[in-house]
Amino acid sequence: MEYLSLVHLKEGDTCKVARIQAGSSATRRLYEMGFNTGARIKVLKNDRGPMIVGLGGHKVALGRGLAAKMLVGRA
Amino acid sequence: MAKTIALVGNPNSGKTTVFNALTGANQHVGNWPGVTVERKEGQTHHNNQTYRVVDLPGTYSLGAFSEDEVVAREFILTGNPDVVINVVDATNIERNLYLTTQLLEMGTKVVIALNMVDEAEAREIHVDEKALAQALGVPVVRTVASRRKGLDELMAAAAATIHAPMNGHVELSYGKAIDAKVARLRAFLAKGDFPYPQGWLAVKLLEGDEYVRQMVSESSALFELKTFRQFWDETVIHAGDLQLDIVDGRYKFVGEVTKHAVRRPEVEVETFTDKLDRVLTHRYWGMPIFAGIMLIVFQLTFAIGQDFLGEWMVVGMDYVGEGLDRLLVTLNAPGWLLDFASNGVVAGVGAVVEFVPLIVILYMLMGILEDSGYMARAAYVMDNTMRAVGLQGKTFISMIVGFGCNVPGVMATRTLENRKDRMIAILINPFMSCGAKIPIYLVFIAAFFPTHGGIVLFSAYALGILVAFLVAKIFSKTLFKGEVSHFIMELPPYRTPTLTNVLRNMWDNVSGFLARAGTTIFAVVSLLWVLAVLPTGAEPYGPASILGSIGQFIAPIFTPAGFGNWQAAVGLFSGIAAKEAVVATLGMVYAGVEEGAALVTAIQGAFTPLSAVSFMVMTLLYTPCAATLGTIRKETGSGKWALFSAVYAFAIGWLLAVAVFQIGSLMGFA
Repeated sequence: MEYLSLVHLKEGDTCKVARIQAGSSATRRLYEMGFNTGARIKVLKNDRGPMIVGLGGHKVALGRGLAAKMLVGRA
Repeated sequence: MAKTIALVGNPNSGKTTVFNALTGANQHVGNWPGVTVERKEGQTHHNNQTYRVVDLPGTYSLGAFSEDEVVAREFILTGNPDVVINVVDATNIERNLYLTTQLLEMGTKVVIALNMVDEAEAREIHVDEKALAQALGVPVVRTVASRRKGLDELMAAAAATIHAPMNGHVELSYGKAIDAKVARLRAFLAKGDFPYPQGWLAVKLLEGDEYVRQMVSESSALFELKTFRQFWDETVIHAGDLQLDIVDGRYKFVGEVTKHAVRRPEVEVETFTDKLDRVLTHRYWGMPIFAGIMLIVFQLTFAIGQDFLGEWMVVGMDYVGEGLDRLLVTLNAPGWLLDFASNGVVAGVGAVVEFVPLIVILYMLMGILEDSGYMARAAYVMDNTMRAVGLQGKTFISMIVGFGCNVPGVMATRTLENRKDRMIAILINPFMSCGAKIPIYLVFIAAFFPTHGGIVLFSAYALGILVAFLVAKIFSKTLFKGEVSHFIMELPPYRTPTLTNVLRNMWDNVSGFLARAGTTIFAVVSLLWVLAVLPTGAEPYGPASILGSIGQFIAPIFTPAGFGNWQAAVGLFSGIAAKEAVVATLGMVYAGVEEGAALVTAIQGAFTPLSAVSFMVMTLLYTPCAATLGTIRKETGSGKWALFSAVYAFAIGWLLAVAVFQIGSLMGFA
């Protein structure tokens, strides 16, 4: 299975979290907010500024730097 | 003794709404000992029994990630709550239940308030609370706290749980390897004497929780065992690697629980929030809309708080002043007391109290923005701009809080995880024009710009933000280098603000303002009055009084800024004690200039429109008040930073005030 970085996805795409390669505290926070292995996320906004993704029906804004470190697989 | 109920829940789960609905007016706000985390406590009644309700900070987890989390879990483990009400947002149940699993691991008596079920239904998310209760082994009650639904049932369940034996102890499985380590650790920990459940301690150790590791490592009884030392060195020290597996394990458990209990629609229902967000977070429109909303807030504040309600306050204060005078005269009070009452207290404290309606309106409007969920969008649209000056969007929330008062503004920087972000956010917060400075602008607006009040006020706020940005940029290039931290923020659904929350939030702030008017400001005004009438023989409130001498000593510093008169100097001097005292002091020293002269008229005589502007610039930017400096000292852990803040802010305020006056004069303004 091939992984790609979340920032490369377009609005409306859905994907599953595979791995997060950020620092340990940011990674843990993301995991605890539900971006854990296998979580389904939907890209709601990806133009400039932070991305907005849908997770379990809720919206979370993620800085682009962080989104770049989130590896996802096609859902 | 009253039984204790602790409220626990995620941010935005409606926990505060549940707390307000349960306790009503019976609550008070304080701080947790040793930290600046706000502590809210109240009382509620059910079946003629009184219960103490403690509102714990809203958190996603009960780790050691932030002070909030540590405070919440310490209270659950050692504060001996009789039951924990876990407020769970039904629309976002998986993530909310993540916190629940940690409560269950802690072996706590839990009752779940399945909140916002109406919103969940509207989005076709169906939660079978009986199946949920079965799977978790704890009572689950459906609530809509904003409309006070289900609260009686919730209290009934809580009361029953208090008297029931320990419920729902859930053993989570994290996979064979981790489970084996947990079992091994538990066996060891049983030999130590810890005031926490062993299973919980074991899992926390394997999660690499610094706080628990520190505590266990101090146990000499355990470390005498060679086998334990070996296990510790081989497994526990490197256990942080397991933390993500443990989080996954909890979510796996949540997934199993919700598989049967929660039904979601195939295709998510497009909500009002989605539609609104398309506009409010738009790549081009987001910012101008935010600026527009803030402008409307200030215009409304002005129109309702000042023009409409403020007039009545002035009339009311005059009436109180005359009444007090008459009362003292009939009591044959000595002349000095009469003077103290009318020129000290009424002129001083009264000048502050007159602005209460305005502050009430401002806090209500801000509360509406906060409660509606818009503030998170403001942080979102500001992230790009903030990044350009070396900060991140979340910092902007602490800045908006600073508009109310810099003390909570500085405290709000705690949500910033990185030290660089936090230090800069703390140091720039005082440039956010706080509520106490509004009266100062208003007096000068009334004197010189009566028809442009809203725009002047808006400009003051805009200038504050601009200076904060410039200073942040300079700091991030010099004092605090390093990477910009990550931006992770939940954007909660838009909700109709609840009146109780808005009023409660307003009252918490306004009561603080009133309390300061009655204490700090009263004390400052009394002291200044004494300084103004002494020495005997000198003309009271005149340049020969002690106050006049102090003012004359300082005043030359401000001559280049155009307000080198001693009254203005004294006003600024008193503002270091409390910003409210500036107007109070001006009211006092100018009321003495000319018997019966209104403060506004006196100011028209002492200032020009240009020097009024430079004075406003100075008050906006110069040295923060004593309370803010104290908070900066506490939050940065160093008196040096508080001193630094006092000095550099004064320098910036002075430089800009001088620049405004000098450039303005050159351009022919007066």
